[in-house]
Amino acid sequence: MSIEVRNLRKAFGNFVALDNVSLDVPGGELVALLGPSGSGKTTLLRIIAGLEPADQGTILFQGENATDRPVRERQVGFVFQHYALFRHMSVFENVAFGLRVRPRKVRPSEREIHETVMGLLHLVQLDVLAGRRPSELSGGQRQRVALARALAVKPKVLLLDEPFGALDAKVRKELRRWLRRLHEEVHVTSVFVTHDQEEALEVSDRVVIMNEGRIEQSGTPEEVYERPSTPFVYGFLGDVNLFHGRIHQGHVNIGESELDAPEWAHASDQAGVAYVRTYDVELGLIRSGTSSLEAVVRHVRAFGPMVRLELDLVDGGRTIEAHVPRGRFDALRLGKGERVYVSPTSVRVFAQPA
Amino acid sequence: MTSIAIPRPAASAPRAITRATGESRAVRWTLTAIALVFLSLTLVLPLVLVFAQALSKGFSTYWQAISEPDALSAAKLTLLVAAIAVPINLVFGVAAAWCITKFDFPGKNVLITLIDLPFAVSPVISGMIFVLVFGAHGWFGPWLLEHDIKIIFAVPGIVLATTFITSPFVARELIPLMQEQGADEEEAAIVLGAGGWQTFFRVTLPNIKWGLLYGLILCNARAMGEFGAVSVVSGHIRGETNTLPLHVEILYNEYAFAASFAVASVLTLLALVTLALKTLVEWHQRRSAVESTETDSIPERIVA
Amino acid sequence: MRAQSRGVLPGFGLSLGITCTYLSLIVLLPLATIFTRTTELSWSEFWSTITNPRVLASYRVTFGASFVAAVVNTFFGLLVAWVLVRYRFPGRRLVDAMVDLPFALPTAVAGIALTTLYASNGWVGQYLEPLGLKVAYTSLGITVALIFIGLPFVVRTVQPVLDDLEVEVEEAAASLGARRWQTFTRVVFPTVGPALLTGFALAFARAIGEYGSVVFISGNMPMKTEIVPLLIITKLEQYDYAGATAVAVVMLVASFVLLLTINLLQWAARRRTAA
Repeated sequence: MSIEVRNLRKAFGNFVALDNVSLDVPGGELVALLGPSGSGKTTLLRIIAGLEPADQGTILFQGENATDRPVRERQVGFVFQHYALFRHMSVFENVAFGLRVRPRKVRPSEREIHETVMGLLHLVQLDVLAGRRPSELSGGQRQRVALARALAVKPKVLLLDEPFGALDAKVRKELRRWLRRLHEEVHVTSVFVTHDQEEALEVSDRVVIMNEGRIEQSGTPEEVYERPSTPFVYGFLGDVNLFHGRIHQGHVNIGESELDAPEWAHASDQAGVAYVRTYDVELGLIRSGTSSLEAVVRHVRAFGPMVRLELDLVDGGRTIEAHVPRGRFDALRLGKGERVYVSPTSVRVFAQPA
Repeated sequence: MTSIAIPRPAASAPRAITRATGESRAVRWTLTAIALVFLSLTLVLPLVLVFAQALSKGFSTYWQAISEPDALSAAKLTLLVAAIAVPINLVFGVAAAWCITKFDFPGKNVLITLIDLPFAVSPVISGMIFVLVFGAHGWFGPWLLEHDIKIIFAVPGIVLATTFITSPFVARELIPLMQEQGADEEEAAIVLGAGGWQTFFRVTLPNIKWGLLYGLILCNARAMGEFGAVSVVSGHIRGETNTLPLHVEILYNEYAFAASFAVASVLTLLALVTLALKTLVEWHQRRSAVESTETDSIPERIVA
Repeated sequence: MRAQSRGVLPGFGLSLGITCTYLSLIVLLPLATIFTRTTELSWSEFWSTITNPRVLASYRVTFGASFVAAVVNTFFGLLVAWVLVRYRFPGRRLVDAMVDLPFALPTAVAGIALTTLYASNGWVGQYLEPLGLKVAYTSLGITVALIFIGLPFVVRTVQPVLDDLEVEVEEAAASLGARRWQTFTRVVFPTVGPALLTGFALAFARAIGEYGSVVFISGNMPMKTEIVPLLIITKLEQYDYAGATAVAVVMLVASFVLLLTINLLQWAARRRTAA
């Protein structure tokens, strides 16, 4: 079932949580709503679910207007960050809940309920724990029960609110993979909210980046990462260094150095910011052209495949971060206090906001 | 810790149940109406009646009733009893809370249950036991008679019974509070060289002040208002062994209704003041609790 | 909290000493007299005392009225707690503070007020009498008084639990298709249940020992509206100490059984919902 969000607006008192947000989620897609705290992503999710009314705007499920439908009639499955399992019921009863509260006419028989529930528990690999209480389960297990419970009523849309936020890093990674696999098997239109960019980029078909109640960019993980359309997106995904300078006719001058900025060929002495990813730099022991920036090594963290360096720019005194592959670092044999030249290999320049 | 407890206050702001998942407006209004009607009938009506009846024969009758000598001596006795029972229970409560919450020893749970005991005993029985100990036919009866010491049907008996009845209040308030606070701060003080009393007054007392105040308010209210236990031990001797509640009873039984309610209104005012103080202290307690657990003030719902 | 070795903090001896001395003198010793006095009676005397028709009638009156009052309080107490926790209305805070009135008001005052209220010419009584409902001087009056007394116990026990209820759980139920009353009966009520039961037990325990608020409205007719505490006083006034203590022992046993039940309920509730 496809979801269409049109011109949604929601304010809590003076705080505008969603400012004229529109979004399309084609049926069967797994979409991530990514953004920092306060960006409006959870609010958007809850409005889609019907847990929160919008001030203005419409929600369409498969083309039908669902804006005024109460939550129980929307056929959405909702998974909460803190599971919201029914503590006094067993795992089985939790999953069966949605089936048991159906009106008598449409209620499945006891046998059918049993089959459905056990089938779902098998899907989430918790069939042996059917009789346990939630308090006896680990966080990861509880979230799987919550998922099974949401799927039991065969929802047309699955909505997840920071589903792995309350879990350990390792469990989070496992469940992430697992959610992806589940989606491939079940193919329900799914929207999940997260502030973890790795999670969003790894799991989803499409990422929607939100900030301050608005959508900054919406696209595939590759698109948003490689071709960020706004400074916010650029800065939010991946580690980035910012350089303030002046743009003039296809170049941006940062201190004494000059970087190419071909897209600004017609600019004339404008203030600008150059965004450089921490790994989009080349380090060398000698200056290589006008785009090199002189720096002194301040701190080295050499573990893992990439080495992280904190470098103090000679010109201006700022500190930037550079990530270089282990091999390259070893070749340069850089130590604390040594001089090095930094050449950005990929730069994106945005005009300084007024 | 548990049981026949001081009803615990809970007044907090209502949870933001969204319109999406709460009851319909009609249901809410109906439920609220029923609850309010019930409370008016049960609580408000009697309250209003006390004052209405007290003033039913005019203000001069009212004034006479509360200023005549027997009423005044009843008031004095009530105050005297509270002035003795409350400080005693304050010391007991603090001592009990100190040894229970700052130390570990076998039999702690037994002690806690014993402290709760007076709550589980009917007021009449609470009075009766002192009659059994100090009454004419009691354990010490003959001995007391010999030495011409009167406990039962005299002030000492009233004080004893009241002390028994109100003994758990301060302790029950302090024990959970001090248990939650732990002994870390006191230990730190000792390590820094403070003496025992210094530690208590400078470190412990400021932390427990609101809980202590709360317990004292309740203890005092009960001490002044106790009827059943005092009724048994007092002998109802007008002018001598009558507290205000007993005086109310006497007037009522003599069909001096307006006078009886006049005295009752004084006690009612005391009760209302107690409620007001209680609410004030609760507010302070909540404020200091919030201050000490600095949480993000952005409500979860708005954090997207 | 961490167990303290006796070495670090001072005052153990003093505080324990004060506590134990006080408890022994003020609490234990006096309570012990009940049992020593009762043992003056032989078993058959004890038995015949407590099974005397008048005594049995008083048990019926006290326990019966207390039970009914506690049930009514459980029902309305839950309602009041729900409205106070979930809804907003002008004066809510005032109403919340007022719930403690029965606890702060001297019982004698409550007693005379309720009697006057429900007497045949009382503000409420005058409307009920023509309907055939005589409240004052009947066991119905006793029940009404006990409802007054026990209300705060239920409300205050249930309020914190309702307060702690996660909104998400009710939202989850709604998203799964449950109607509001289904959510209440299947999700909310089971969670509140243990606290409700505890509140009931507390109200019941308080009611059986209540004297001041009841003795005026009951009329104290032996065999009909005589409550146990009054019976005890009557026996004391007749210097029938052994009889009084015998009756009291039954009351104490009942109170302690209730205390135990309450403790067990709270312990079980803690276990079941331990996160």
